[in-house]
Amino acid sequence: MSETIAAAPWITLTYLVTGICFILGLKWLSSPSRARQGNQIAAVGMVLALAATVLSGAIHSIGDIVIGVVIGAVLGAVGARRVKMTAIPQMVAIFNGAGGGAAALISMMDFLQTERNGNVLTPDVSVAVALSAVIGSVSFAGSIIAFAKLQEILSGRPVAFPGMRIVSALVLLFIVVMAVAIIAFGGGEGALYALVAAALALGLLIVLPIGGADMPVVISLLNSFTGLAAAFTGFVLGNDVLIISGALVGASGALLTHLMSKAMNRSLLNVLFAGVGAGGGEASASSPGGTARSTTVDDVATMLAYAGQVVVVPGYGLAVAQAQHNVRELADALEKRGVTVKYAIHPVAGRMPGHMNVLLAEANVPYTQLFEMEQINPEFPRTDVVLVIGANDVVNPAARTVRDSPIYGMPILDVDKAKSIVVLKRSMRSGFAGVDNPIFYDSKCSMLFGDAKDSVVKLIGAVSKV
Amino acid sequence: MATHLLSELTVFVLAVFVGFEVISKVPTLLHTPLMSGTNAIHGIVLVGALLVAGVAHGPLEHVLAIGAVTLATVNVVGGFLVTDRMLEMFKKKPQA
Repeated sequence: MSETIAAAPWITLTYLVTGICFILGLKWLSSPSRARQGNQIAAVGMVLALAATVLSGAIHSIGDIVIGVVIGAVLGAVGARRVKMTAIPQMVAIFNGAGGGAAALISMMDFLQTERNGNVLTPDVSVAVALSAVIGSVSFAGSIIAFAKLQEILSGRPVAFPGMRIVSALVLLFIVVMAVAIIAFGGGEGALYALVAAALALGLLIVLPIGGADMPVVISLLNSFTGLAAAFTGFVLGNDVLIISGALVGASGALLTHLMSKAMNRSLLNVLFAGVGAGGGEASASSPGGTARSTTVDDVATMLAYAGQVVVVPGYGLAVAQAQHNVRELADALEKRGVTVKYAIHPVAGRMPGHMNVLLAEANVPYTQLFEMEQINPEFPRTDVVLVIGANDVVNPAARTVRDSPIYGMPILDVDKAKSIVVLKRSMRSGFAGVDNPIFYDSKCSMLFGDAKDSVVKLIGAVSKV
Repeated sequence: MATHLLSELTVFVLAVFVGFEVISKVPTLLHTPLMSGTNAIHGIVLVGALLVAGVAHGPLEHVLAIGAVTLATVNVVGGFLVTDRMLEMFKKKPQA
């Protein structure tokens, strides 16, 4: 730190309370009934730490701070209020990138301020400066690309060029050289700027070749990175609350990333270096043969109305069409006729684990009707109709059998075990992973083409007339 | 200095273990809010941004300071609000 000020005991104690709030917050966030309180107590911890910092006497001018806080608060609040629930993953990516960028800027400033005061960084601090600048910059650039891909500003398909890995390796080597120059040889501002520029490039190079379907895992990983960057910023500034919170997020984010890739049955290395759909996706895009059978609203309505048990498999297509409210109305209409309606939630339904739960909760679907994959799979053999709405990859049996398929090995919902399947879909286009789905050609399966919302609304009307 | 660094490392390592332990049993249902919640927590870099911005001098440092404070504030405010918005929907609803 440029001027090491021994923090007053009350500040250290407040930071400790903040750490406890964050730990309790994370703990409560893990249980449905207390999750909201968990987020709130973490927010309280944050306010305490910020208040203690402002009152600590270490802040000599507040001009820049007022400007930054006002702009940031407006942007953050407007973003958080306006975002559609379907766009949550990319919103998290942006907020995460902002945190990573801030961590990198803080280390750069500490470096500049130390030089300006005529001091030399001790080796441990310069290591921390380099780490936080690099990780923060990678997280910033990577998050922007993740956002652009999910928002479909960039193609969701993997972007790669020949020799990309060699370029990435060279950039990484350059980063190491610059870091050594800063740490061991007192490299100046120039080395620091080169380091940051190279780290930004590395962030782009890491995320560009990854397909849109894997983006949630990437965002979770970058979230963990930003946590680490925050912790290293804590080492730079000699600030315990940054170290504690950053380490907490770095660790829990890493675990969450692991859980997510496990849900998709892909190792993290596979996600990062395989590039889903870059190779195998094209190869298996040829049709497995057979023709898909198209059906009508009235036929489907009759099947549903006389069914004993209907399982709805909601996917991202449902969310995009904003059809979750209509699906609930349809379910209500069926339940009134004595049909049991259940929802089968694949771990990665929507765009991230738990995303679909958020979307259905928004539509007031009681969560007693939501079933996770392990609970619902044994139910399919005694299910009369499965209604697949805007989902594709999560019900693709190719994941069980086709070895060279990019989704091979991903656990899927066994909808092919049900008595009949109705797929609501806009067209025969393949899903996010870019793979054709043999289930469409199954003799038990019929397709109801059209906009998901439109079809569901028509179904509600038709069911009431059956 | 060395003892200071050692105590910081101790805090870091222990916090890493707490981070692993505390979320090990999360239902999939809560993965998205949890990711968003942890995302808000690393907004704590705002504390660091305040510390360096409070002693900024010269045009370059002022620009960087405003940038750092803005980005960190976006992280904190956006992160907590969007997580709260998600979790608000999980409130127990009267069965229809």
